Amino acid sequence: MQSSFAIECRGLTKRYGPVTAVDGLDLAVSPGECFGLLGPNGAGKTTTIEILEGLNRPDSGEVIVLGRRWRSHEPELRERLGVSLQESRFLDKLTVFETLRLFRSFYREGRDPEAALRDLSLEEKRDARVGKLSGGQRQRLAVACALTGNPEILFLDEPTTGLDPQSRRQLWDHIRAFRERGGTVLLTTHYMEEAERLCDRVAIVDHGRIIGAGTPAELIGRLHAPHILEFSSDPPASPDLVAAIPGALDPRQRGSHWTVSVSSLVEAIPALLLALECSGARLEELSTRRAMLEDVFLALTGRELRDE
Amino acid sequence: MSDVGKTYHPLAELIRARLLEVAREPEAVFWVFVFPIGMALALGFAFRDKAPEPVAVGITGRAQTGVLRDALTRSSLLKPRLFSSVAEGRAALRTGKIALLVENGSPIVYWYDPTRPDSRLARFEVDNAVQQAAGRKDAAPVRDERVSEKGSRYIDFLLPGLLGLNLLSTSVWGIGYSIVNARIKKTLKLMTATPMRRSDYLLAQMLSRFVLLAFEAAVILAFGMLVFQVPLRGSPGALLLLCALCGLSFAGLGLLCGSRVQTLEGVNGLINVILVPMWLFSGVFFSPERFPRAMHGPIQALPLTAANDALRAVMLEGKSLAALPSQLAILALWGVASYAVALKIFRWQ
Repeated sequence: MQSSFAIECRGLTKRYGPVTAVDGLDLAVSPGECFGLLGPNGAGKTTTIEILEGLNRPDSGEVIVLGRRWRSHEPELRERLGVSLQESRFLDKLTVFETLRLFRSFYREGRDPEAALRDLSLEEKRDARVGKLSGGQRQRLAVACALTGNPEILFLDEPTTGLDPQSRRQLWDHIRAFRERGGTVLLTTHYMEEAERLCDRVAIVDHGRIIGAGTPAELIGRLHAPHILEFSSDPPASPDLVAAIPGALDPRQRGSHWTVSVSSLVEAIPALLLALECSGARLEELSTRRAMLEDVFLALTGRELRDE
Repeated sequence: MSDVGKTYHPLAELIRARLLEVAREPEAVFWVFVFPIGMALALGFAFRDKAPEPVAVGITGRAQTGVLRDALTRSSLLKPRLFSSVAEGRAALRTGKIALLVENGSPIVYWYDPTRPDSRLARFEVDNAVQQAAGRKDAAPVRDERVSEKGSRYIDFLLPGLLGLNLLSTSVWGIGYSIVNARIKKTLKLMTATPMRRSDYLLAQMLSRFVLLAFEAAVILAFGMLVFQVPLRGSPGALLLLCALCGLSFAGLGLLCGSRVQTLEGVNGLINVILVPMWLFSGVFFSPERFPRAMHGPIQALPLTAANDALRAVMLEGKSLAALPSQLAILALWGVASYAVALKIFRWQ
């Protein structure tokens, strides 16, 4: 099979005992694209990306990376891919430079370790022990190691989980820089913001299946109710009152605070104000925003992405 | 992007990384060097050659115990004590405070337990003193010549055993622990996601062991030779080769210990299960000949027994490697078998 995609898989399935981690998953990533697998913990993102990385074998399904199959071309593919695993650690006693040098030695061609340090802004930590790095520095080192063989595709499994916002943005910049050089990126994340800011296209994964895919704007545009209305009143509005708002979807209540997706603000807001007035309640707060990927996930699954 | 700079050889880099890791681990340095030397020092001095301890004997009886005591005091091997009654003396005998009780009378009665070696020695010495005091003359003139030969002392026996034990435990701990640690941290998995050859990783574990092993053996041997004048009667070359073979064989065991386990507790337990019996049975601190005959076969088949026997034969008896075919075969067999099994069952993730 010829493939014009950088990564392509069809009918990917993986079971662990009674649990189906990946359930007939199809995916195609174009060269030069940044593609995000978005979903809650346990959705099957890591299993999927590890199958694509050739670290895990699917029970059934087909994987083609750079037009090659893992079974027949593993050594060649390893030279051309860069991988950063979820929560992998390096040898604590080595310095940053020594670690880069070690990983560089595994590739026939690649980035000089000193240059790799500069690429990921790790010059100041050159001689620091890996065990003493902060979470953000360690993740940058992981990406630097993944980039040390000058890969065509970069696989990142939850690259910014647990990082503070500043470290997260710093890492995004480095991933963007790789893309500007023509690289393809496949990443998993459970941060909506990360997917929206970084990815050209996103696939929403739930229970081992893709339940929606497209650019973030497409996914949001496909929503029947792309506007989010948030309000609170005294006394709190009843569920019946909220359900009666024209075009209302997925209403959720927290105390006296309601969040509801609506198709049109100009229809929903006057109706809401009127209903509140008739019931004798006083409006305390009212705000609106455009729907985000978070709301897409809710609309597709009926669940919130992150349990709070 | 343009790439400048040198190329790095993966095997050399893996060995280098492993050695840096060990050198930066203070605990590792302690167990590798300080522990065996401390052990040799403590045991070497505890069991060093010294004048034999006199044996305590008791005296009781109706009369003239003083005369009997003077007679016994003349022997440097005896330390007599007076008891007011037989019952009191026998109580001291029972609790091991004395080796023999002399009841003065006619005849003189010796109370002792013949299964106790010190009691038999006391019986012989006491009787000798009693008979001489009673006027016995020796028929043949004799003279004592005391010897203490280097190579037959306890420290000479102990040092090759400690060397063997150290080579074994550092190999098994060093390799087993580092592999399991890398597996837990997913460093192993990450490395398999690169073009790294898996054989390079395992080879690097082994070869870095050889470098460390050379240091360990040199330090322990130099210590034994300088501080206790332990002899090296065989050729240094033979000893070097033997240490290398031990290292190879034991590295295989280390690889085997680390090949599948997924927790540090697991590898801890596994290594102890392998090492503790060998500490006990393989003749590190005392000869395994002391165990019942039925156990000799299995004990001889243990890799550490073969290593210790061979090390002692080369160091103390000056034998060549050609004279030790069975020990070398046992070591080689353990090595080959553990590698084969380890490679078959090795878990990279």
